[in-house]
Amino acid sequence: MSEEKFDAIIVGAGLAGSTCAYLLAQAGLECLVIDRGNFPGAKNMTGGRLYGHSLEKIIPNFAEEAPIERCIVHEKISFIDEERCTTMEHTTPVATDLESRSYTVLRSKFDQWLAEKAENEGAGYIPGIRVDDLIVRDGKVCGIIAGDEEMEADMVILADGVNSILGEKLGMVSQVTPHHCAVGVKEVIQLSKQQINDRFGCSDNEGAAWLFAGMPSAGQMGGGFIYTNEDSISLGVVFGLHNAGTTDKSVPQMLEDFKNHSAVKPLVEGGKSVEYSGHVVPEGGYAMLPKMVADGVIITGDAAGLCLNVGYTVRGMDLAIASGAAAAKAAIKAKEDGDFSEATLSTYTTELTNSFVMKDMKLYKALPEFLDNPRMFNEYPTMVTAMMNDLFTVNGPSMPLRKTFLPHLKKVGFMNLIKDGVKGVRSI
Amino acid sequence: MKNVVNVDVKLGVNKFFVDENNAHIELVENPDSVEFAKLIAACPAGLYKKDDDGSIQFDYAGCLECGTCRVLCGKTILQKWEYPVGTFGVEYRFG
Repeated sequence: MSEEKFDAIIVGAGLAGSTCAYLLAQAGLECLVIDRGNFPGAKNMTGGRLYGHSLEKIIPNFAEEAPIERCIVHEKISFIDEERCTTMEHTTPVATDLESRSYTVLRSKFDQWLAEKAENEGAGYIPGIRVDDLIVRDGKVCGIIAGDEEMEADMVILADGVNSILGEKLGMVSQVTPHHCAVGVKEVIQLSKQQINDRFGCSDNEGAAWLFAGMPSAGQMGGGFIYTNEDSISLGVVFGLHNAGTTDKSVPQMLEDFKNHSAVKPLVEGGKSVEYSGHVVPEGGYAMLPKMVADGVIITGDAAGLCLNVGYTVRGMDLAIASGAAAAKAAIKAKEDGDFSEATLSTYTTELTNSFVMKDMKLYKALPEFLDNPRMFNEYPTMVTAMMNDLFTVNGPSMPLRKTFLPHLKKVGFMNLIKDGVKGVRSI
Repeated sequence: MKNVVNVDVKLGVNKFFVDENNAHIELVENPDSVEFAKLIAACPAGLYKKDDDGSIQFDYAGCLECGTCRVLCGKTILQKWEYPVGTFGVEYRFG
């Protein structure tokens, strides 16, 4: 059996898992990635946007060869109520600095590419196998169990996603609670490349990222999103699960209504729905991070709750990649030292602490609480769209602007505006 | 409501390998209706349904394996939540 023993077994062929495998194989470690899907990427989904910086450090100029969809050059943020939509748009040329770029991606393709990169370095992949449990001896993780098969390794890296059942079994990850996560649903809608260019004002290979606050999540914490892919649009809704049961509208209905909103409908008109997907997003932030290292095991990516919702940006994939890289570093050191104990593997947490991952998680630790304010998704979108409506409506003698705007501000309440303003500034 | 969503049509374009012999999610008998209502609202695949006569229905085929029901009711009205056995379940072609 010892001949069959791997240096590391990685559970999950997502971005964290395959990044880790790539680096381990490159360093000459024998590693095996096991995934329950029929191919790496088969079970993976994203809203749509990858900030390139962390992968750029590992595979420089990756976008040249990777199946990315479009490079983001249009940023849009909207306040949207049932009828109206007020949008702020920011356009910038493609950044010359590669690390500043971000890309829309579709994970089924993208993750297959990254897995192939890792395979070419010598990592082994076994798709189509669900890991059911871990082999634990004297408190140390020594391998995996799948059905009635066992496989041994010096260490196991859990990259098994947001519902990390294996992390829970070890008692390291506590089950995600409704208060600390959201559900995302997405439709991929196929259009021609030219239609997307025309509708979003893009050139080939360039695209838009668009977030919406207000009606998409039925006035509750969450929002809508649109990302332009090469020849499709990713359109979706994210909804905070602690509000499940507070609205009559179902999550799929939210997506449908968002899709049919007058500001959105023309953008997807004539498009063909080619896939419908769902995913839980860990949004608990810094306060919810689990124990990430123990004897013989490291937890990465979504499984470790590494996700940042800052309102105007939502990130998970760049954190997953960086955590996969940090795990690889720790595993390589452990292999050199011949010691896979928690003490040695905690290089992982040190790496994370010194990297943008923990720095950002800490920086935004007050945000989940700040964003969980119904005014953000109800009163403010209505206030802004109503003000804009008044501003642009001419139907007789005009009123001074302050007189037009005051009633809208009053509706929300001046104290609330000041309070949320101060809190908002403090939390970012 | 202007456009009532038909989730089955949305799911119809997906690629699924349904494990006919093994339900990866099971409900307890006579699940609490308040808990069940959360799942009717939140399940992206609309797999938790209530008929006009008030009877409840659940079908694990069409599951997107997101874990929403587990997060909401894993400790109340679900007696089993697992990922489908390897190779089974949804297969994303886009993701």
